[in-house]
Amino acid sequence: MNRWGHERRMRYDVIICFETHVELATESKLFCSCRVSSGAEPNTQVCPVCTGQPGTLPLLNKRAVEYCIRAGLALNCSINASSRFARKNYFYPDLPKGYQISQYELPFCENGHLEILGDDGMPYPVGIKRIHLEEDAGKLVHAAGSMAASSYSLVDYNRAGVPLLEIVGDHTRNPIRSLNEARAYLEKLRQVLRYIGISECSIEQGQFRCDVNVSLRPKGSEQWGNRAEIKNMASLRFIVEALQFEIKRQSQILESGGTVVQETRAFDEAKKITLSMRSKEDAPDYRYFPDPDLPPVAPEGLDVEAIRRSMPELPDEKVDRFVKVYGLPRQEALLLTRDKPVSEFFETCAATGKDARRLSRWIIKDLFKLLKQAGLDIQHCPVPAADFSHLVDLVASGFITDRIGQSVLEEMFARGCGPEVIIEEKGLRPIQDLAAIDRVIGEVLAEHPDVVAKIQAGDTKPIGYLIGRVMQKTANRADPRQVKRRMEEKLRP
Amino acid sequence: MAACDLSAMQLASLLRRGEISARQITTSVLERIEQREESLNAFITVTPEQALDQADRADARFRAGRPLSMLDGIPFVAKDNLCTRGIKTTCGSRILENYVPSYDATAVRRMLDQGAVLVGKTNMDEFAMGSSTENSAFGPTRNPHDPQRVPGGSSGGSAAAVAAGETVLALGSDTGGSIRLPAAFCGVVGLKPTYGRVSRYGLVSYASSLDQVGTLARTVMDCAWMLKAVCGHDHRDSTSADLPIPDFPSTLGNGIHGLRIGLPHDYFVEGLDPSVAARIREAADVLAECGARLVDTRLPNARHAISTYYLIATAEASSNLARYDGVRYGLRQAKPSGDMIQMIQATRSAGFGREVKRRIMLGSYVLSAGYYDAYYLKAQKVRRLIKADFDRVFEKVDCIVAPASPCLPFALGEKTAEPLQMYLVDVFTVSANLVGLPALSLNCGTLDGLPVGFQVMGRPFDEETVLRVGHVYEQAQVESTRE
Repeated sequence: MNRWGHERRMRYDVIICFETHVELATESKLFCSCRVSSGAEPNTQVCPVCTGQPGTLPLLNKRAVEYCIRAGLALNCSINASSRFARKNYFYPDLPKGYQISQYELPFCENGHLEILGDDGMPYPVGIKRIHLEEDAGKLVHAAGSMAASSYSLVDYNRAGVPLLEIVGDHTRNPIRSLNEARAYLEKLRQVLRYIGISECSIEQGQFRCDVNVSLRPKGSEQWGNRAEIKNMASLRFIVEALQFEIKRQSQILESGGTVVQETRAFDEAKKITLSMRSKEDAPDYRYFPDPDLPPVAPEGLDVEAIRRSMPELPDEKVDRFVKVYGLPRQEALLLTRDKPVSEFFETCAATGKDARRLSRWIIKDLFKLLKQAGLDIQHCPVPAADFSHLVDLVASGFITDRIGQSVLEEMFARGCGPEVIIEEKGLRPIQDLAAIDRVIGEVLAEHPDVVAKIQAGDTKPIGYLIGRVMQKTANRADPRQVKRRMEEKLRP
Repeated sequence: MAACDLSAMQLASLLRRGEISARQITTSVLERIEQREESLNAFITVTPEQALDQADRADARFRAGRPLSMLDGIPFVAKDNLCTRGIKTTCGSRILENYVPSYDATAVRRMLDQGAVLVGKTNMDEFAMGSSTENSAFGPTRNPHDPQRVPGGSSGGSAAAVAAGETVLALGSDTGGSIRLPAAFCGVVGLKPTYGRVSRYGLVSYASSLDQVGTLARTVMDCAWMLKAVCGHDHRDSTSADLPIPDFPSTLGNGIHGLRIGLPHDYFVEGLDPSVAARIREAADVLAECGARLVDTRLPNARHAISTYYLIATAEASSNLARYDGVRYGLRQAKPSGDMIQMIQATRSAGFGREVKRRIMLGSYVLSAGYYDAYYLKAQKVRRLIKADFDRVFEKVDCIVAPASPCLPFALGEKTAEPLQMYLVDVFTVSANLVGLPALSLNCGTLDGLPVGFQVMGRPFDEETVLRVGHVYEQAQVESTRE
């Protein structure tokens, strides 16, 4: 954040409120049994129900309701005793029935929160107003890019009826107060939803879509300015850029004594600015009413308690457990639990491994580096957990040195084989013969009399260099700690 | 008597005795259609080849001694708002003039699966909105008893076809009286089951919380057999009841001794033609002679039923008819210079008739911001009050006898100038839809040569009592004509 941004931040309070649509990873759509998968030919995953044929009726997908309640429990919401679907009525070619089945007055989940680390370093439970279920619309493709410029448009209804979760922030209760908190909220939300297995939350694939409301007020004032809504930014980076621009735009308006217009704006990805789309007067009347084709849903029909019991462990719980059970420093626990598959890899290793702390360090430092270089995620790691764990044990027991272990890991990664094979092949077992080590130490000391003199005069720092020389001469097969011990003895006057 | 004029049960008996074939029955029906259809216009689509094909297969089953059910080989028609796979389904509207569904409505499928022979799709008020079948885009249907008069609506085609022998059985739909009123006007039997008894899957929705698929026939027994054939839980309709199916025909003959029959004082008021009122009372007296006890009952919120109905029905309809936009099926009226929204407007303007447009406008208004509470929400509250009236009444009586219509079948064009006049024709029928009660309409005589019908309403899911009362009355009339 540049200096000007900092100054601006000093003058204004900000409220940022997200409305997030999450595509659920159910096997079928929300109100029919059509399959949900990406990349299918247009209009091949459709049926009379999701194309709104006359006479068809919706049939609720119970798995989607379970996923919604899982999200509600994970986000600390209260689950309503009875929930109702409502019709949101408007005309658009990608909306097969001329209305969207959504929820209005009785959503499944309400009044929750998501804890992030606030800007002041303290835990901050960002308010969540409600979570509800609704169906997605189809996809409209215009021949010439925009409706206005095209002589025809095409509609694909594969996506129509896909279940969406709508998660709405609460601007009256612990709202997001800054760009940093916004980023933290979105990252944590994605993490939690992926942890409970209800969605992959890929922003690029349209599984995690954000609209955001922003409003400002001068510090010390009671009066919030009007809010602007920015819709459909296609990546986390764009969201942050849009917010940056919008906060700047609104602060400039307030600075010059003006009022922010309450409206909907779109983000221009190329110019990095937001543009007015629609003002409040044009806001449509959706004529919401409870959908008479769907009776109220009562969670006793669904056993909320059973869902709660079967919930996977949440990220925060896992961090606490890693710290407690494996004795890991909190920072490492956070890194290991950021992605659930990584945490699972760690635990698989730790189950057979002898040194959990060493395992943790090796994953974070060495394995992550190799994965990143190869552009792989942990699910595609060429080193199986059992082999990795075995390797770390070998290092822990001193069978091989740390540095040897690192190069063995690189080999294992490249070849996909176990550690023993490589160690035998390359004769990498550490030098156990003390006499041999002493000989090399002697050599090195003899080659660097000036350094020896320095050390003996009281400056212990250069010993590292000498140890390094010994390691070079032994092709890293000497144990550096042992080398250090014996060298120190030799150097004692 | 021609085969097409017999009841389904009479025909079932003849089929089993080998005295008639299914093909002969269907041929008889098709011949009657040929004779009368030009003057009646009860059908939108006749399917003679498919019908004869189905009849032939029924005959093969009978020869093998393996009929599928009591309805095997019996001709039926389906109102044109019931989807039939591969057969045009128009809902009486230009906007679906050439629409061919890819699936069968559950009620239709169940009839076909039991061997009934589909002869065609019948005329109706557009999207079931009307009480006279004058709102069809394909011309009105005429009353078989008097071609200058309406057959009632919106299932006018089904009722007229049954009355004229153009079919033996008919499926219709009833949202505010659309089976019961035409049944009364045409002198046949019409049954609206309890809401949830029969699946609505494949019935093109008008008002989702009021619509029900029902049956029309010439005898109460036939209606009972049809109901048994089509009712029952359908997982595709979330509002369909998951209840066991009673054997309706078997209890019809159990008599009505000691049965308490309510007569709603609040229905017999100004606006009800006095001679019609007299016929209803006579019918009640016949039932008393058969062993029932007549009880005066009150339904104080009855006077709100019509407004409540027209607020809720139009609201739901405005949403249910939003899908007709020219994008995926049906009529598309593209404007060469227009955009997608203009295409939608042009399509709906050209495709919908005046009454449909009127109700969509009303319904949109009722749901609009600022009016939702005063109209839609208020109407739902009054609906609960009306239901409470009936709950209270059913503590003291087992069923209710009431008029079906405030007037005799009226002349074509007589009520089309004033929509509200037409709406008031529904005054006795809408309550059963608002409360979800089963209701039967059957003939109780004639006045000036025109049929008069009366209604029997029962407790939710108590079609048995309603049918039994109807059957007893019917048998008593048969007895008295013999005497």
